[in-house]
Amino acid sequence: MNPNESLVADTKNTWCPGCGNFAIQHAVKFVIEEFEKEGVPRENFVFVTGIGCHAKIADYFNLNSFYSLHGRTIPVASGIKMANPDLKVICFAGDGDLYAEGLEHLIHAAKRNIDITVICHNNRVYGLTTGQYTPTSPYGYRGKSTPGGIHEYPLNIIEMLLGSGATFVARGYSRKIPLLKRIIREAILHPGFAHIDVLQICASFFNMTPQYDEFVYETSEANVSQFDVACRTGQQWNYSDPGPIPLGIFYKTIKPSFPENKEKKVINREEIIRTILSRYS
Amino acid sequence: MNEYSILIGGKAGDGISQAGQIIGSIFSSLGYHVYQYVDYPSLIRGGHNFCIIRAAKEPIFTHRTKVNAIIAFDQQTVDTHLDKLANHGIILFDKDKVKTEGVGISITQIINELQGIPIMGNTAMIAVLFRYLGVPWEHVESVLSRKIPKKIEKNLQIAQAAWKTVTPGLNISPISGETKPFLSGNEWIAIGLLAGGIDAYIAYPMTPSSGVLHFLASVAEETGITVYHPESEIAVILMALGFSYTGKKSAVGTSGGGFCLMTEGLSLAGQAELPIVIIVSQRTGPSTGLPTYTAQSDLMFIRHAGQGEFPRWIAAPANPDEALRLGAEAVQISSQFQIPAFILTDKTFSEGIYTGSSSLPRTEPTTKPGPTFPYNRYADHPDGISPVLSPPYPGESIKVNSYTHDVRGITTEDPQVTRFMVEKRKRKQQVLCEYVDRPENIFIDGDKNATTGIICWGSVRGPVTEAIQTMSVRIISPLILEPFPKKSFLKAMEGVEKIILIEESAMGQLDKILREHGIVPDQQILRYDGRPSAVEELEEQIRRYV
Ligand code: SF4
Repeated sequence: MNPNESLVADTKNTWCPGCGNFAIQHAVKFVIEEFEKEGVPRENFVFVTGIGCHAKIADYFNLNSFYSLHGRTIPVASGIKMANPDLKVICFAGDGDLYAEGLEHLIHAAKRNIDITVICHNNRVYGLTTGQYTPTSPYGYRGKSTPGGIHEYPLNIIEMLLGSGATFVARGYSRKIPLLKRIIREAILHPGFAHIDVLQICASFFNMTPQYDEFVYETSEANVSQFDVACRTGQQWNYSDPGPIPLGIFYKTIKPSFPENKEKKVINREEIIRTILSRYS
Repeated sequence: MNEYSILIGGKAGDGISQAGQIIGSIFSSLGYHVYQYVDYPSLIRGGHNFCIIRAAKEPIFTHRTKVNAIIAFDQQTVDTHLDKLANHGIILFDKDKVKTEGVGISITQIINELQGIPIMGNTAMIAVLFRYLGVPWEHVESVLSRKIPKKIEKNLQIAQAAWKTVTPGLNISPISGETKPFLSGNEWIAIGLLAGGIDAYIAYPMTPSSGVLHFLASVAEETGITVYHPESEIAVILMALGFSYTGKKSAVGTSGGGFCLMTEGLSLAGQAELPIVIIVSQRTGPSTGLPTYTAQSDLMFIRHAGQGEFPRWIAAPANPDEALRLGAEAVQISSQFQIPAFILTDKTFSEGIYTGSSSLPRTEPTTKPGPTFPYNRYADHPDGISPVLSPPYPGESIKVNSYTHDVRGITTEDPQVTRFMVEKRKRKQQVLCEYVDRPENIFIDGDKNATTGIICWGSVRGPVTEAIQTMSVRIISPLILEPFPKKSFLKAMEGVEKIILIEESAMGQLDKILREHGIVPDQQILRYDGRPSAVEELEEQIRRYV
């Protein structure tokens, strides 16, 4: 993993041709290379992935990684960050993974403003298990587990994150690479919990390219620190009905983040234990 | 008299357990070994709480059915426990609330006269007890001043006023010997973890394991460890594995219900070969069961939890010294072998309070082979243990993986690589088996030549040891339950013809492990009402078979 070596590993890539994952991988590679040029060594990054198509990204980068469990990127990443606040910890998660099984962790990570970055590969379908609906699939979506179409409205994840106290909320799109690169970079630089919902097409089970291409637009970031403006931007699209889809950073604010980078004290464990025991005699 | 048992009872919220602890501390300061049993229902106010404090010249780890004194804060205490009073026993009670015979003191009146608050009745009763036992005021006062958290002056004033209303009935003698630390089983385990070098303790509150969380949180600052309570037990174990990945020694704690949620994280630890210490304190199950009562019914669950096959270590301490030693060993074993290491305890031990020795376990420095470069997280080694490197490390990417992976940590489905990784973990299991199969992991007591053997584990051993004192039986009690120290166990069993197994479960848990090794108990003494057995109860049951 020396700086001359490619960031992308020589492992065999098994994503379907045309998958949006390639674009995300490309954007991430670019951002890390930029950080490296600015003096952040690549070994300071740790990628934590869930389970699903997105998660293979762990194998595809020559970087530290923890290929974790379905829905469980955030607690693993939080532990790593708490153990060593100097590391830059990035979660890659899928929408089924993060917004279904992993939802409790997402809300609590936003609430505690833990200094990690979450990139959700939101293709609005379970790809690796062949096309079932996820929490952000549109109303009426027909998948193998819901042949009659789902009778649930999707979760507006942007509203939910804002309601949970996230201090950085953004949406990207796998076919708008320059914007995605900028958002990822800012999210990593953000001191606190940063979430990027990346609209990603699934070439095999839910190719939304025509709809996304028609409706996405870059929102103004002029009032990015105003919560009510962020809420209104987030409500413009409900993940179901066709209509304008804002992209960009919706909200960015600074609040006390976690963990605090405390100075390490030199402690004589044995002596401390003796002191503690003497209190109980 | 060689020992004293005191029962103190009242409503939840009366501060019964804290009062018991102060009584225990006073006995301890007189040189006694002390054990305190705490019994309380799962509610915060009202109901009936009681504890039994036993002080003796020899180490003790359990209660007896009979008590020498009952301290009653309410009528229910007298009504419920009167039959436990030994001959010549005495009841000390608040005359303003309780009607019975014995030594009645107008606690409420004393408090009113001196303008105290109701909770100070505890201090008053403690003073009354030790006055009755003939302990000098100066001695009681010195312990009270150290142990009372708030309003010491007023408390002492009230205690002294109550003290003066009583005349001594006994004259207990101090014992030479140091004042021993008096802590709950959970706290002894926590100190063991600290001695073993943990860096982080992550837990979600769950009775009866919460004592570990509370204790470690209270000393986090001075010990420099991280203590954190996240959103669920699922988050607990995964966060802890995050710590492990960075090379920090982490531990988690829960009871059976919380451990149900942790099982996916447990398998992850098995596959990713990440060290983790897991404390499971058993309570009556299944499901929510009896949250504040005891059991030994989760051994099979802990032993088999998680999908797939991977090595694990399970220890069950029975007393403070073992809790210290095994707590420290759990941290070292998990880190050295990169496996989950369990401390399996129960409500009785977790919340029982014990005097123990203050000598810390020796921590063996582990010599591990260093990594080679370019670094492979799962590099092969004859004992199956791969050298560990933690991020950040310049020039190396450190990869752990929940999927079957190759030596680099990259996902694979190759049958040969799969077999290789399984065999690597099997070799590790083999080395672990040999490591635990040592005589000190089997506790032997009683008549070592007896042909009748009693097998038990965990907190049950305390009362069993006392119950058999006048019988010709041998106690054989394994401290490590997985991998089972078979050779050492069979050695300890040599000459035993009749086996009695004692467990606090309905179906027998250790029983299943014994049968795997061809050891079939002749009799089983099983208890499953959530209550631990007192010495006399066990004595009677054991006599039926001996
Ligand atoms: S199934 Fe969909 S998400 Fe998965 S690799 Fe193929 S195109 Fe990408």
